[in-house]
Amino acid sequence: MPHTDPDLRPMPEQITYANILFYGAWTGIFLLFATYALYVLGVVAPHVDVHLVSQSWHLGVQDYLHVTDSPHGWGWVALLGQGDFMNFAGMTLLAVLTIICYLVLLPGYLRRKDTAYAVICILEVLVLSLAATGLLGGGGH
Amino acid sequence: MSFNLGPKLRLAGCGAATLVLAHPGLAVASQAAAAAAADGHPWWFWPVILFFFCFVLGIIAVLAGVGGGVLYVPLVSGFFPFHIDFVRGTGLMVALAGALAAGPGLLRRNMASLRLALPMALIASASSIGGAILGLYLSNLNPNIVQVCLGATILGIAVLLLLSKNTERPEVTKQDAVGAALGIGGLFFDEATGEKISWKTHRTLTGLILFIFIGILAGMFGLGAGWANVPALNLLMGVPLKISVATSKFLLSITDTSAAWIYLNKGCVIPLMAVPSIVGLMLGSFVGVKILSRAKPKLIRYMVIIVLAFAGLKAVDKGLGLGLLG
Repeated sequence: MPHTDPDLRPMPEQITYANILFYGAWTGIFLLFATYALYVLGVVAPHVDVHLVSQSWHLGVQDYLHVTDSPHGWGWVALLGQGDFMNFAGMTLLAVLTIICYLVLLPGYLRRKDTAYAVICILEVLVLSLAATGLLGGGGH
Repeated sequence: MSFNLGPKLRLAGCGAATLVLAHPGLAVASQAAAAAAADGHPWWFWPVILFFFCFVLGIIAVLAGVGGGVLYVPLVSGFFPFHIDFVRGTGLMVALAGALAAGPGLLRRNMASLRLALPMALIASASSIGGAILGLYLSNLNPNIVQVCLGATILGIAVLLLLSKNTERPEVTKQDAVGAALGIGGLFFDEATGEKISWKTHRTLTGLILFIFIGILAGMFGLGAGWANVPALNLLMGVPLKISVATSKFLLSITDTSAAWIYLNKGCVIPLMAVPSIVGLMLGSFVGVKILSRAKPKLIRYMVIIVLAFAGLKAVDKGLGLGLLG
Protein backbone atom coordinates (compact mmCIF):
# COMPACT_ATOMS: atom_id res chain seq x y z
CA MET A 1 0.00 0.00 0.00
CA PRO A 2 1.42 3.36 -1.00
CA HIS A 3 0.83 5.11 2.31
CA THR A 4 2.56 2.47 4.43
CA ASP A 5 5.57 2.23 2.14
CA PRO A 6 8.09 4.74 3.51
CA ASP A 7 9.45 5.35 0.00
CA LEU A 8 6.04 6.52 -1.17
CA ARG A 9 4.92 8.42 1.88
CA PRO A 10 4.80 12.20 1.46
CA MET A 11 6.72 14.30 3.95
CA PRO A 12 4.68 15.37 7.02
CA GLU A 13 4.65 19.02 5.97
CA GLN A 14 3.04 17.99 2.69
CA ILE A 15 0.19 16.38 4.59
CA THR A 16 -0.19 19.49 6.74
CA TYR A 17 -0.24 21.56 3.52
CA ALA A 18 -2.96 19.31 2.16
CA ASN A 19 -5.04 19.56 5.33
CA ILE A 20 -4.82 23.35 5.50
CA LEU A 21 -5.76 23.53 1.85
CA PHE A 22 -8.68 21.16 2.31
CA TYR A 23 -10.32 22.86 5.29
CA GLY A 24 -9.38 26.34 4.12
CA ALA A 25 -10.69 25.89 0.58
CA TRP A 26 -14.00 24.42 1.64
CA THR A 27 -14.43 27.00 4.37
CA GLY A 28 -13.85 29.68 1.75
CA ILE A 29 -16.34 28.18 -0.67
CA PHE A 30 -19.05 27.71 1.96
CA LEU A 31 -18.40 31.22 3.23
CA LEU A 32 -18.80 32.52 -0.33
CA PHE A 33 -22.07 30.68 -0.67
CA ALA A 34 -23.38 32.02 2.66
CA THR A 35 -22.41 35.64 2.03
CA TYR A 36 -23.77 35.48 -1.51
CA ALA A 37 -27.10 34.25 -0.15
CA LEU A 38 -27.23 37.17 2.29
CA TYR A 39 -26.39 39.50 -0.60
CA VAL A 40 -28.84 38.39 -3.28
CA LEU A 41 -31.66 37.68 -0.85
CA GLY A 42 -31.38 41.26 0.32
CA VAL A 43 -30.67 40.37 3.94
CA VAL A 44 -27.65 42.65 3.99
CA ALA A 45 -27.81 45.80 1.93
CA PRO A 46 -25.09 46.15 -0.68
CA HIS A 47 -22.80 49.11 -1.23
CA VAL A 48 -23.62 49.08 -4.94
CA ASP A 49 -27.21 48.50 -5.96
CA VAL A 50 -27.53 45.28 -7.96
CA HIS A 51 -29.26 47.12 -10.77
CA LEU A 52 -26.33 49.50 -11.09
CA VAL A 53 -23.97 46.50 -11.14
CA SER A 54 -25.85 44.90 -14.00
CA GLN A 55 -26.03 48.20 -15.85
CA SER A 56 -22.30 48.72 -15.52
CA TRP A 57 -20.56 45.37 -15.86
CA HIS A 58 -20.02 45.92 -19.55
CA LEU A 59 -17.72 48.84 -18.72
CA GLY A 60 -13.97 48.52 -18.27
CA VAL A 61 -12.81 48.21 -14.68
CA GLN A 62 -11.77 51.82 -14.24
CA ASP A 63 -15.08 53.17 -15.50
CA TYR A 64 -16.96 50.57 -13.49
CA LEU A 65 -15.23 51.54 -10.26
CA HIS A 66 -15.90 55.19 -10.95
CA VAL A 67 -19.59 54.74 -11.82
CA THR A 68 -20.28 52.47 -8.85
CA ASP A 69 -18.03 54.33 -6.40
CA SER A 70 -16.35 51.02 -5.57
CA PRO A 71 -13.00 50.74 -3.83
CA HIS A 72 -9.93 49.02 -5.19
CA GLY A 73 -7.03 47.38 -3.39
CA TRP A 74 -7.89 46.55 0.22
CA GLY A 75 -10.52 49.29 0.41
CA TRP A 76 -13.19 46.59 0.50
CA VAL A 77 -12.30 45.86 4.15
CA ALA A 78 -14.05 49.07 5.20
CA LEU A 79 -17.19 47.81 3.42
CA LEU A 80 -17.26 44.30 4.90
CA GLY A 81 -20.61 45.02 6.45
CA GLN A 82 -22.16 45.56 3.01
CA GLY A 83 -23.81 42.66 1.24
CA ASP A 84 -21.70 42.74 -1.91
CA PHE A 85 -18.32 43.28 -0.28
CA MET A 86 -18.92 40.59 2.34
CA ASN A 87 -18.19 38.16 -0.47
CA PHE A 88 -14.61 39.35 -0.56
CA ALA A 89 -14.00 37.60 2.76
CA GLY A 90 -14.39 34.19 1.14
CA MET A 91 -12.45 35.17 -1.96
CA THR A 92 -9.63 36.55 0.14
CA LEU A 93 -9.49 33.38 2.18
CA LEU A 94 -9.07 31.35 -1.02
CA ALA A 95 -6.37 33.71 -2.25
CA VAL A 96 -4.39 33.74 1.00
CA LEU A 97 -4.36 29.96 1.62
CA THR A 98 -1.31 29.24 -0.47
CA ILE A 99 0.78 31.79 1.44
CA ILE A 100 -0.19 30.11 4.71
CA CYS A 101 0.64 26.69 3.31
CA TYR A 102 4.09 27.77 2.16
CA LEU A 103 4.84 29.05 5.65
CA VAL A 104 4.06 25.54 6.87
CA LEU A 105 6.49 23.97 4.39
CA LEU A 106 9.38 26.26 5.25
CA PRO A 107 10.34 24.83 8.67
CA GLY A 108 10.45 21.34 7.17
CA TYR A 109 12.93 22.36 4.49
CA LEU A 110 15.03 24.27 7.02
CA ARG A 111 15.10 21.27 9.33
CA ARG A 112 16.29 19.07 6.49
CA LYS A 113 18.87 21.71 5.55
CA ASP A 114 17.33 21.78 2.06
CA THR A 115 18.58 25.30 1.38
CA ALA A 116 17.41 25.50 -2.24
CA TYR A 117 13.80 24.68 -1.42
CA ALA A 118 13.81 26.83 1.71
CA VAL A 119 14.89 29.76 -0.46
CA ILE A 120 12.22 28.88 -3.05
CA CYS A 121 9.59 28.88 -0.28
CA ILE A 122 10.72 32.25 1.03
CA LEU A 123 10.77 33.75 -2.46
CA GLU A 124 7.31 32.40 -3.22
CA VAL A 125 5.90 33.86 -0.01
CA LEU A 126 7.44 37.21 -0.98
CA VAL A 127 6.01 37.04 -4.51
CA LEU A 128 2.51 36.14 -3.34
CA SER A 129 2.59 38.66 -0.51
CA LEU A 130 3.70 41.39 -2.89
CA ALA A 131 0.83 40.53 -5.23
CA ALA A 132 -1.56 40.61 -2.28
CA THR A 133 -0.50 44.06 -1.07
CA GLY A 134 -1.97 45.81 -4.09
CA LEU A 135 1.24 47.73 -4.67
CA LEU A 136 1.72 46.15 -8.08
CA GLY A 137 -0.21 47.18 -11.13
CA GLY A 138 -1.49 50.40 -9.67
CA GLY A 139 -5.01 51.00 -8.42
CA GLY A 140 -8.29 51.42 -10.23
CA HIS A 141 -7.73 55.12 -10.90
CA MET B 1 -7.87 11.86 7.36
CA SER B 2 -10.92 12.08 5.12
CA PHE B 3 -13.88 14.37 5.03
CA ASN B 4 -16.79 12.58 3.44
CA LEU B 5 -19.82 14.80 3.18
CA GLY B 6 -22.08 11.87 2.41
CA PRO B 7 -24.46 11.73 -0.52
CA LYS B 8 -27.46 13.22 1.33
CA LEU B 9 -25.50 16.20 2.54
CA ARG B 10 -24.03 16.75 -0.92
CA LEU B 11 -27.49 16.59 -2.43
CA ALA B 12 -28.77 19.04 0.13
CA GLY B 13 -25.88 21.31 -0.64
CA CYS B 14 -26.60 21.18 -4.37
CA GLY B 15 -30.27 21.86 -3.73
CA ALA B 16 -29.54 24.80 -1.47
CA ALA B 17 -27.11 26.23 -3.99
CA THR B 18 -29.66 26.01 -6.77
CA LEU B 19 -32.35 27.53 -4.57
CA VAL B 20 -30.29 30.55 -3.62
CA LEU B 21 -28.51 31.17 -6.86
CA ALA B 22 -31.54 30.64 -9.07
CA HIS B 23 -34.27 32.24 -7.01
CA PRO B 24 -34.33 35.82 -8.10
CA GLY B 25 -37.86 36.17 -6.87
CA LEU B 26 -36.58 36.16 -3.30
CA ALA B 27 -33.91 38.67 -4.01
CA VAL B 28 -33.66 42.27 -2.95
CA ALA B 29 -37.39 42.54 -2.42
CA SER B 30 -36.99 45.96 -0.90
CA GLN B 31 -36.04 47.37 -4.28
CA ALA B 32 -39.54 47.65 -5.67
CA ALA B 33 -38.98 48.77 -9.20
CA ALA B 34 -36.31 46.74 -10.94
CA ALA B 35 -34.35 48.91 -13.30
CA ALA B 36 -33.31 46.80 -16.23
CA ALA B 37 -29.71 46.00 -17.00
CA ALA B 38 -28.04 47.78 -19.89
CA ASP B 39 -29.31 45.11 -22.30
CA GLY B 40 -32.90 45.20 -21.01
CA HIS B 41 -32.71 42.07 -18.85
CA PRO B 42 -33.39 42.16 -15.10
CA TRP B 43 -30.30 42.24 -12.90
CA TRP B 44 -30.54 38.56 -11.95
CA PHE B 45 -30.86 37.23 -15.48
CA TRP B 46 -27.19 36.89 -16.37
CA PRO B 47 -26.02 35.55 -12.96
CA VAL B 48 -28.63 32.78 -13.20
CA ILE B 49 -27.63 31.93 -16.76
CA LEU B 50 -24.01 32.04 -15.70
CA PHE B 51 -24.60 29.59 -12.86
CA PHE B 52 -26.19 26.96 -15.10
CA PHE B 53 -23.68 27.62 -17.86
CA CYS B 54 -20.79 27.08 -15.44
CA PHE B 55 -22.47 23.98 -14.07
CA VAL B 56 -22.47 22.45 -17.54
CA LEU B 57 -18.94 23.73 -18.11
CA GLY B 58 -17.79 21.99 -14.95
CA ILE B 59 -19.16 18.66 -16.15
CA ILE B 60 -17.62 19.06 -19.59
CA ALA B 61 -14.25 20.16 -18.22
CA VAL B 62 -13.91 17.00 -16.14
CA LEU B 63 -15.06 14.73 -18.94
CA ALA B 64 -12.75 16.34 -21.48
CA GLY B 65 -9.81 16.53 -19.09
CA VAL B 66 -9.38 20.27 -19.51
CA GLY B 67 -9.47 22.98 -16.88
CA GLY B 68 -12.54 25.09 -16.23
CA GLY B 69 -10.58 28.32 -16.72
CA VAL B 70 -9.60 27.64 -20.30
CA LEU B 71 -13.25 27.11 -21.19
CA TYR B 72 -14.67 29.85 -18.97
CA VAL B 73 -12.81 32.91 -20.25
CA PRO B 74 -13.28 32.56 -24.01
CA LEU B 75 -16.86 31.36 -23.79
CA VAL B 76 -18.07 33.86 -21.22
CA SER B 77 -16.25 36.78 -22.87
CA GLY B 78 -17.71 35.77 -26.22
CA PHE B 79 -21.32 35.16 -25.25
CA PHE B 80 -22.02 37.17 -22.08
CA PRO B 81 -22.25 40.94 -21.68
CA PHE B 82 -19.50 41.25 -19.04
CA HIS B 83 -16.40 43.27 -19.85
CA ILE B 84 -13.34 41.14 -20.44
CA ASP B 85 -11.64 42.63 -17.35
CA PHE B 86 -14.25 41.01 -15.11
CA VAL B 87 -14.32 37.78 -17.10
CA ARG B 88 -10.57 37.37 -16.64
CA GLY B 89 -10.70 38.22 -12.94
CA THR B 90 -13.49 35.73 -12.38
CA GLY B 91 -11.82 33.13 -14.60
CA LEU B 92 -8.81 33.15 -12.33
CA MET B 93 -10.96 32.82 -9.21
CA VAL B 94 -12.80 29.91 -10.84
CA ALA B 95 -9.54 28.16 -11.78
CA LEU B 96 -8.10 28.88 -8.33
CA ALA B 97 -11.11 27.47 -6.48
CA GLY B 98 -10.99 24.31 -8.58
CA ALA B 99 -7.27 23.84 -8.02
CA LEU B 100 -7.54 24.44 -4.27
CA ALA B 101 -10.33 21.89 -4.01
CA ALA B 102 -8.40 19.25 -5.98
CA GLY B 103 -4.99 19.92 -4.40
CA PRO B 104 -5.40 18.16 -1.04
CA GLY B 105 -6.22 14.75 -2.49
CA LEU B 106 -3.34 14.93 -4.92
CA LEU B 107 -0.88 15.94 -2.20
CA ARG B 108 -2.05 13.25 0.22
CA ARG B 109 -1.69 10.52 -2.39
CA ASN B 110 1.74 11.93 -3.29
CA MET B 111 0.64 12.23 -6.92
CA ALA B 112 1.42 15.96 -6.96
CA SER B 113 5.17 16.38 -6.55
CA LEU B 114 6.24 19.32 -4.41
CA ARG B 115 9.83 18.97 -5.60
CA LEU B 116 8.65 19.40 -9.16
CA ALA B 117 5.97 21.99 -8.47
CA LEU B 118 7.74 24.50 -6.25
CA PRO B 119 10.46 25.71 -8.66
CA MET B 120 8.01 25.84 -11.58
CA ALA B 121 5.42 27.59 -9.45
CA LEU B 122 7.86 30.29 -8.38
CA ILE B 123 8.68 31.10 -11.99
CA ALA B 124 5.09 30.89 -13.20
CA SER B 125 3.56 32.85 -10.32
CA ALA B 126 6.06 35.68 -10.65
CA SER B 127 5.52 35.93 -14.40
CA SER B 128 1.74 35.64 -14.08
CA ILE B 129 1.85 38.89 -12.10
CA GLY B 130 3.57 40.47 -15.07
CA GLY B 131 1.01 38.95 -17.39
CA ALA B 132 -1.89 40.26 -15.31
CA ILE B 133 -0.45 43.78 -15.20
CA LEU B 134 0.24 43.71 -18.94
CA GLY B 135 -3.23 42.38 -19.71
CA LEU B 136 -4.93 45.06 -17.63
CA TYR B 137 -2.75 47.75 -19.21
CA LEU B 138 -3.61 46.59 -22.75
CA SER B 139 -7.26 46.27 -21.83
CA ASN B 140 -7.24 49.85 -20.60
CA LEU B 141 -5.70 51.00 -23.89
CA ASN B 142 -8.15 49.03 -25.99
CA PRO B 143 -9.95 45.88 -24.80
CA ASN B 144 -10.05 44.62 -28.39
CA ILE B 145 -6.30 44.04 -28.24
CA VAL B 146 -6.78 41.57 -25.40
CA GLN B 147 -9.81 40.06 -27.10
CA VAL B 148 -7.86 39.33 -30.30
CA CYS B 149 -4.83 38.02 -28.41
CA LEU B 150 -7.10 35.85 -26.30
CA GLY B 151 -8.75 34.48 -29.43
CA ALA B 152 -5.40 33.65 -31.01
CA THR B 153 -4.22 31.97 -27.81
CA ILE B 154 -7.40 29.91 -27.54
CA LEU B 155 -7.00 28.78 -31.15
CA GLY B 156 -3.43 27.78 -30.32
CA ILE B 157 -4.65 25.85 -27.29
CA ALA B 158 -7.22 24.03 -29.42
CA VAL B 159 -4.48 23.00 -31.84
CA LEU B 160 -2.23 21.94 -28.97
CA LEU B 161 -4.96 19.83 -27.43
CA LEU B 162 -5.65 18.25 -30.80
CA LEU B 163 -2.07 17.43 -31.69
CA SER B 164 -0.33 16.70 -28.41
CA LYS B 165 0.07 13.03 -27.65
CA ASN B 166 0.99 12.75 -24.02
CA THR B 167 3.26 9.90 -23.01
CA GLU B 168 2.30 7.69 -20.11
CA ARG B 169 5.92 7.10 -19.03
CA PRO B 170 8.50 9.11 -20.97
CA GLU B 171 11.99 7.72 -21.07
CA VAL B 172 14.55 9.90 -19.29
CA THR B 173 17.96 8.30 -19.61
CA LYS B 174 19.99 11.00 -17.92
CA GLN B 175 18.84 13.80 -15.65
CA ASP B 176 20.19 17.26 -16.49
CA ALA B 177 22.33 19.29 -14.09
CA VAL B 178 19.56 21.67 -12.98
CA GLY B 179 17.14 18.84 -12.27
CA ALA B 180 19.80 16.93 -10.40
CA ALA B 181 20.85 19.98 -8.37
CA LEU B 182 17.25 20.59 -7.31
CA GLY B 183 16.65 16.90 -6.72
CA ILE B 184 13.56 16.87 -8.91
CA GLY B 185 12.34 13.34 -9.04
CA GLY B 186 10.56 10.80 -6.96
CA LEU B 187 8.58 7.64 -6.64
CA PHE B 188 4.91 7.12 -7.21
CA PHE B 189 2.60 4.16 -6.93
CA ASP B 190 0.73 3.39 -10.14
CA GLU B 191 -2.56 1.92 -8.95
CA ALA B 192 -3.36 0.68 -12.45
CA THR B 193 -0.34 -1.64 -12.60
CA GLY B 194 0.53 -1.95 -8.91
CA GLU B 195 4.09 -0.80 -9.59
CA LYS B 196 6.36 1.65 -7.84
CA ILE B 197 7.62 3.98 -10.57
CA SER B 198 10.77 6.01 -10.19
CA TRP B 199 11.04 9.18 -12.26
CA LYS B 200 13.33 12.10 -12.89
CA THR B 201 13.40 15.05 -15.29
CA HIS B 202 15.47 16.27 -18.20
CA ARG B 203 15.48 19.64 -19.99
CA THR B 204 14.66 21.21 -16.62
CA LEU B 205 16.15 24.60 -17.47
CA THR B 206 14.16 24.76 -20.71
CA GLY B 207 11.09 23.85 -18.71
CA LEU B 208 11.71 26.64 -16.24
CA ILE B 209 12.05 29.13 -19.10
CA LEU B 210 8.86 27.84 -20.68
CA PHE B 211 7.01 28.37 -17.43
CA ILE B 212 7.79 32.09 -17.72
CA PHE B 213 5.65 32.24 -20.85
CA ILE B 214 3.00 29.97 -19.37
CA GLY B 215 2.73 32.26 -16.37
CA ILE B 216 2.47 35.38 -18.53
CA LEU B 217 -0.33 33.88 -20.62
CA ALA B 218 -2.19 32.62 -17.56
CA GLY B 219 -2.04 36.03 -15.90
CA MET B 220 -2.80 38.01 -19.02
CA PHE B 221 -5.91 36.11 -20.05
CA GLY B 222 -7.14 34.80 -16.71
CA LEU B 223 -6.77 31.23 -17.87
CA GLY B 224 -5.75 28.33 -15.75
CA ALA B 225 -2.55 26.97 -17.28
CA GLY B 226 -3.21 23.25 -17.18
CA TRP B 227 -3.34 23.06 -20.98
CA ALA B 228 0.31 24.18 -21.03
CA ASN B 229 1.60 22.73 -17.75
CA VAL B 230 0.88 19.12 -18.67
CA PRO B 231 2.67 19.10 -22.06
CA ALA B 232 5.57 21.07 -20.57
CA LEU B 233 6.02 18.62 -17.71
CA ASN B 234 5.24 15.45 -19.65
CA LEU B 235 6.49 15.98 -23.19
CA LEU B 236 9.35 18.39 -22.51
CA MET B 237 10.62 17.45 -19.07
CA GLY B 238 9.82 13.73 -19.20
CA VAL B 239 7.61 13.50 -16.13
CA PRO B 240 5.16 10.55 -16.11
CA LEU B 241 1.71 11.60 -17.25
CA LYS B 242 -0.11 10.95 -13.97
CA ILE B 243 2.43 12.98 -12.02
CA SER B 244 2.29 15.71 -14.68
CA VAL B 245 -1.49 16.00 -14.51
CA ALA B 246 -1.60 15.93 -10.71
CA THR B 247 1.29 18.36 -10.29
CA SER B 248 -0.19 20.68 -12.92
CA LYS B 249 -3.49 20.86 -11.04
CA PHE B 250 -1.62 21.63 -7.83
CA LEU B 251 0.60 24.17 -9.63
CA LEU B 252 -2.49 26.10 -10.69
CA SER B 253 -3.32 26.85 -7.07
CA ILE B 254 -0.06 28.77 -6.79
CA THR B 255 0.16 30.38 -10.23
CA ASP B 256 -3.45 31.52 -10.17
CA THR B 257 -3.14 32.90 -6.63
CA SER B 258 -0.62 35.56 -7.63
CA ALA B 259 -2.53 36.68 -10.72
CA ALA B 260 -5.85 36.55 -8.85
CA TRP B 261 -4.49 39.01 -6.28
CA ILE B 262 -3.69 41.50 -9.05
CA TYR B 263 -7.19 41.28 -10.49
CA LEU B 264 -8.79 41.37 -7.03
CA ASN B 265 -6.85 44.47 -6.05
CA LYS B 266 -7.70 46.18 -9.33
CA GLY B 267 -11.41 45.64 -8.66
CA CYS B 268 -11.85 43.13 -11.48
CA VAL B 269 -13.96 40.66 -9.51
CA ILE B 270 -17.68 41.38 -9.26
CA PRO B 271 -19.27 39.11 -6.63
CA LEU B 272 -22.62 39.08 -8.44
CA MET B 273 -21.05 37.16 -11.32
CA ALA B 274 -18.04 35.57 -9.60
CA VAL B 275 -19.86 33.51 -6.98
CA PRO B 276 -22.34 31.81 -9.36
CA SER B 277 -19.38 31.04 -11.61
CA ILE B 278 -17.29 29.47 -8.86
CA VAL B 279 -20.13 27.52 -7.26
CA GLY B 280 -21.63 26.44 -10.59
CA LEU B 281 -18.36 25.13 -11.91
CA MET B 282 -17.50 23.28 -8.71
CA LEU B 283 -20.91 21.59 -8.55
CA GLY B 284 -20.58 20.67 -12.21
CA SER B 285 -17.14 19.18 -11.55
CA PHE B 286 -18.58 16.89 -8.87
CA VAL B 287 -21.21 15.66 -11.29
CA GLY B 288 -18.59 15.26 -14.01
CA VAL B 289 -16.49 13.04 -11.78
CA LYS B 290 -19.55 10.90 -11.01
CA ILE B 291 -20.40 10.29 -14.67
CA LEU B 292 -16.82 10.08 -15.94
CA SER B 293 -16.75 6.31 -15.90
CA ARG B 294 -19.87 6.13 -18.08
CA ALA B 295 -18.95 8.88 -20.52
CA LYS B 296 -16.81 8.70 -23.64
CA PRO B 297 -14.02 11.14 -22.73
CA LYS B 298 -12.34 11.04 -26.12
CA LEU B 299 -15.50 12.09 -27.96
CA ILE B 300 -16.15 14.87 -25.45
CA ARG B 301 -12.55 16.02 -25.72
CA TYR B 302 -12.94 16.45 -29.49
CA MET B 303 -16.19 18.33 -28.96
CA VAL B 304 -14.43 20.63 -26.50
CA ILE B 305 -11.64 21.26 -28.98
CA ILE B 306 -14.25 22.27 -31.58
CA VAL B 307 -15.98 24.53 -29.05
CA LEU B 308 -12.64 26.09 -28.09
CA ALA B 309 -11.79 26.67 -31.74
CA PHE B 310 -15.14 28.38 -32.26
CA ALA B 311 -14.70 30.43 -29.08
CA GLY B 312 -11.24 31.49 -30.28
CA LEU B 313 -12.59 32.53 -33.66
CA LYS B 314 -15.45 34.37 -31.96
CA ALA B 315 -13.01 36.26 -29.74
CA VAL B 316 -10.91 37.29 -32.75
CA ASP B 317 -14.04 38.24 -34.65
CA LYS B 318 -15.29 40.30 -31.70
CA GLY B 319 -11.93 41.95 -31.15
CA LEU B 320 -11.55 42.92 -34.80
CA GLY B 321 -15.15 44.07 -34.93
CA LEU B 322 -15.89 41.96 -37.99
CA GLY B 323 -19.22 40.63 -36.75
CA LEU B 324 -18.96 37.57 -38.98
CA LEU B 325 -19.90 35.18 -36.18
CA GLY B 326 -22.78 37.20 -34.77
